[in-house]
Amino acid sequence: MDYEKLSLPNYNIPEDIQNAVAITTLDRLYNWGRRSSVWPLMFGLACCAIEMIAAQTARYDMARFGMEVMRPTPRQADMMLVSGTVTKKMLPSIIRLYNQMPEPKYVVAMGACASSGGPFKEGYNVVAGIDKFLPVDVYIPGCPPTPQALIAGLIKLQEKIDKESIKTVRWYNKEKFDGNYVPMPILGPDLIDVRRHAEIRDIAATKESA
Amino acid sequence: MATAPFDTASPVRTPLQTQTVDLVARFPGIVAADARPGYTGFIVNKENLVEVATAVRDELGFDLLTAVTGVDYIAENKMEVVYHAYKTTGGAGLVFKVQVERVDPIEVPSLINIWAGVDFQEREAWDLYGIKFTGHPDLRRILMWEGFEGHPLRKDWKEPFFEEETKPFKSRWPEGKHTFSEQKNPFRDNLNFPQNFDPDKYVVDKEEDLYVSLERYTTKDVEGNMKTDHIVVNMGPHHPSTHGVLRVAVTLDGETIIGLKPVMGYLHRNHDKIGERNTYLQNIPFTDRLDYFNSMSNNFGYAITVEKLMKIQVAERAEYIRVIMAELSRVQNHLIFIGMLMNDLGAMYTPSLYTFKERELILDVFEAVSGARMMCNYFRFGGVVRDIPDDVLHKIKGLVSERLPAKADEMERFLNENEILVARLKNIHVLNAEDAIRYSVTGPVLRAAGVPYDLRRADPYSIYDRFDFDVAVRHNGDMMDNYLIRFDEIRQSLRILEQALKQIPQGPINSQKPAYQVRVPAGEAYGRIESPKGELGFYVVSNGKPNPYRYHVRPASFVNLTAVEKMCVGTKIADFVALLAMLDIVMGELDR
Amino acid sequence: MYGKGILKGLSVTWKRFWDTYTEDISWILRGRKRYNTDEGIRHRSSKDTKGIFTVQYPEEQLILPEEVRYIPFLVYNVDADGKREVLCTSCGICAKVCPPQCIWIVRSNDPVTGRPVPEPTEFYIDADICMNCGFCAEYCPFDAIKMDHDFDIASYGRNIYNMEKLLKPSSYYESIRPQNFKIEAEARKAKESAKAAKAEAAAA
Repeated sequence: MDYEKLSLPNYNIPEDIQNAVAITTLDRLYNWGRRSSVWPLMFGLACCAIEMIAAQTARYDMARFGMEVMRPTPRQADMMLVSGTVTKKMLPSIIRLYNQMPEPKYVVAMGACASSGGPFKEGYNVVAGIDKFLPVDVYIPGCPPTPQALIAGLIKLQEKIDKESIKTVRWYNKEKFDGNYVPMPILGPDLIDVRRHAEIRDIAATKESA
Repeated sequence: MATAPFDTASPVRTPLQTQTVDLVARFPGIVAADARPGYTGFIVNKENLVEVATAVRDELGFDLLTAVTGVDYIAENKMEVVYHAYKTTGGAGLVFKVQVERVDPIEVPSLINIWAGVDFQEREAWDLYGIKFTGHPDLRRILMWEGFEGHPLRKDWKEPFFEEETKPFKSRWPEGKHTFSEQKNPFRDNLNFPQNFDPDKYVVDKEEDLYVSLERYTTKDVEGNMKTDHIVVNMGPHHPSTHGVLRVAVTLDGETIIGLKPVMGYLHRNHDKIGERNTYLQNIPFTDRLDYFNSMSNNFGYAITVEKLMKIQVAERAEYIRVIMAELSRVQNHLIFIGMLMNDLGAMYTPSLYTFKERELILDVFEAVSGARMMCNYFRFGGVVRDIPDDVLHKIKGLVSERLPAKADEMERFLNENEILVARLKNIHVLNAEDAIRYSVTGPVLRAAGVPYDLRRADPYSIYDRFDFDVAVRHNGDMMDNYLIRFDEIRQSLRILEQALKQIPQGPINSQKPAYQVRVPAGEAYGRIESPKGELGFYVVSNGKPNPYRYHVRPASFVNLTAVEKMCVGTKIADFVALLAMLDIVMGELDR
Repeated sequence: MYGKGILKGLSVTWKRFWDTYTEDISWILRGRKRYNTDEGIRHRSSKDTKGIFTVQYPEEQLILPEEVRYIPFLVYNVDADGKREVLCTSCGICAKVCPPQCIWIVRSNDPVTGRPVPEPTEFYIDADICMNCGFCAEYCPFDAIKMDHDFDIASYGRNIYNMEKLLKPSSYYESIRPQNFKIEAEARKAKESAKAAKAEAAAA
């Protein structure tokens, strides 16, 4: 076990019990547990998914970070690694998966496509970034990011988790509890974000016919 | 064979490749030769298409229809459907086209009763061009969803983030103030709705057509009197073993599949539309992202297609480098195939960890020569972008002559006799040669069914006619043969690699001067290569401008998937997972 | 015998398992360090690799070949007075050749003469659109834009790089791509001396 990350630095623990005792705060304990076992959702979209698989294999071995347990079901996953182009046709499924994940949940946008649509942004079936719908924690640029870049990004996620506090994280915040649920978009003549119904209707009404 | 005299001016052509077919003489008045400059083939009367196509298959022996695609000639007010037919005995192909007035409804008779393999490709043409194929039993949208507005590949259809007709966009320079595309669209996103659209009143498509068509394909109970209920199961698009975001709707009777329909388009990234906006050069990195396991092969296919149009020769050394890269790419693709097949059979991790280890070593080579592990972007028109450094060449030699053959043997020792594996693979999902050809299946799947059709031999491109290798072929067409043939192909690729590494000459690596704007004369070209997954074709139409007028990819996985219905009806659902691995589909190429 | 094939297969995993230890021991016996050394990483990426294959990023890093490309950066020279001299002349070739069109260049005119100023006023690369294809570096006639090796660039927000973020000294370029730098410097020198010779000939 890795006590040095768990113990608070300003307590002087006698040397002979350093490996047995840790003085810490609840936040730190919570974050330490969380960061050391981020289980990703086994979920690949496109090219980046192959680099994600490569990061799981022998050479890069994400198991060293407690991230090797790829769960096929969202109910057991902590992190959604959006690895590839998000298309409009796929988006409802992604949102459904996200809604099914229990809190705490993190979203990592891997690669250019997931961050902003990437080279395919101009395409008619491409969502210009998963952050339009889900709260993204870490963006990893690259097309595709190499496994090392992916691990570097996941270390950034761990750093972010380290700074969290139970008091402020959004999933324990009663006032905006619904913030973790994203309404499902609908596939109509184009992708309909149900949160924007009124806006879409108004703009469509003022639009000139082609 | 290995030391055949090199004649770069006129690549060796087999007698089959030089033969010509005169359809005009056979069908006077019905068929006309395509006389547009740069074009080849024949234009067939729409009314007689089925008759001509039947004769093409039965009399002339073009039994493999590989590519069907539409082209929108908006200036001439014509919509064209282009068919590319080949013989499984090898040789040059036959191109025939149908032209119809560009007034809705655009109707063309379906050829599904002649070549069953046109199924998905005709649906794609309907989806993206709005060409109605009369007689097609299941003409639904395939890449987009039912209810989507418009047919996106038509030249008068504009996407929501439309900026200009062609790249480069003028807003980038010299006054390139960075703006997001979102700011220019009225809906502030990649969206476009028809005028007066009201989302509250929109009725969502319940995919009834899909289930109706699934019902139609479902085999009815014949045995016994006991009536059992059928269950429809939707597998995917998020499913750990569908190799990406593929969805299949399956009707089950107990555990037996009695009907199945793949649903795709979950990774439809609009390669064709973006490709028609790009310049010729800009398309190369986009081809990397088609079949993302084999960016080198994709580059290869696109490069030879455009070179065909440009009528240029490739530098001698570059030809060898290309072959080396394409064959290394084949080896690593088949290694992944083996690992992934084992994963899907339930042998999680260990075999795939072993195969990925060898793949990493090959990717190191790609990274050293091209700069990227997966998205190599290594080919240029007339050659390759940079030379192979000597130390990398040395590393390739070491891999090819020592490590990879030993590791292939080790994998075979590791897996081939495993009783569980044999039980899961032997005599399951048998595809016979006749059906394979009817469904336009290509690549290892076709060869495992007993058809020795390998484009490197049947229609040699680049310098494959200089190498001594055998076309891997097996005869049972079951999963075991499909698995074993991958090992055969790895060995043959290593053979080619050994020869190429021995023969590679010194010299320039590109016959052209580096230029970011190439001149491509007007015309059309269909270039195809034997990618590790099957025939990868590119159909490019040029009108002399810096951007292709039509850019179409004929992906191997997409067409191979046509046969999936035929192959799995009557088998168990658990084996279906392995079938998807066996077809070696990759969604980037399948959905484009 | 049923199960023979499985046993045969298991012998392979067994051998691989032992390789891990025999390889480590043989390195120790030879007095070499297998982990956290360049030599060890190089050996693990070579054709002779056996046993443990893992390169433990971030403690160790794979040795990146020179041609590796990630996000582009702009090169500047530092002259004798410590002033920055940006090599880019805002000719716009990179913006034109960029396949996803993620490069944006603002070129401005000299307020006095009205002629364009070579140095770009602003230079944006949308790193979340960039497809790392390397065309900009390949076709730049002034060796002013190059592909970076730095992959540890994940962030908590969208990445649009401006000129300040993109500019890196030529010494950095030399450190990541020594061979390319050498070839380009020689080519530049040859060009300059040819130019000088020409000027001399014209003067004479």
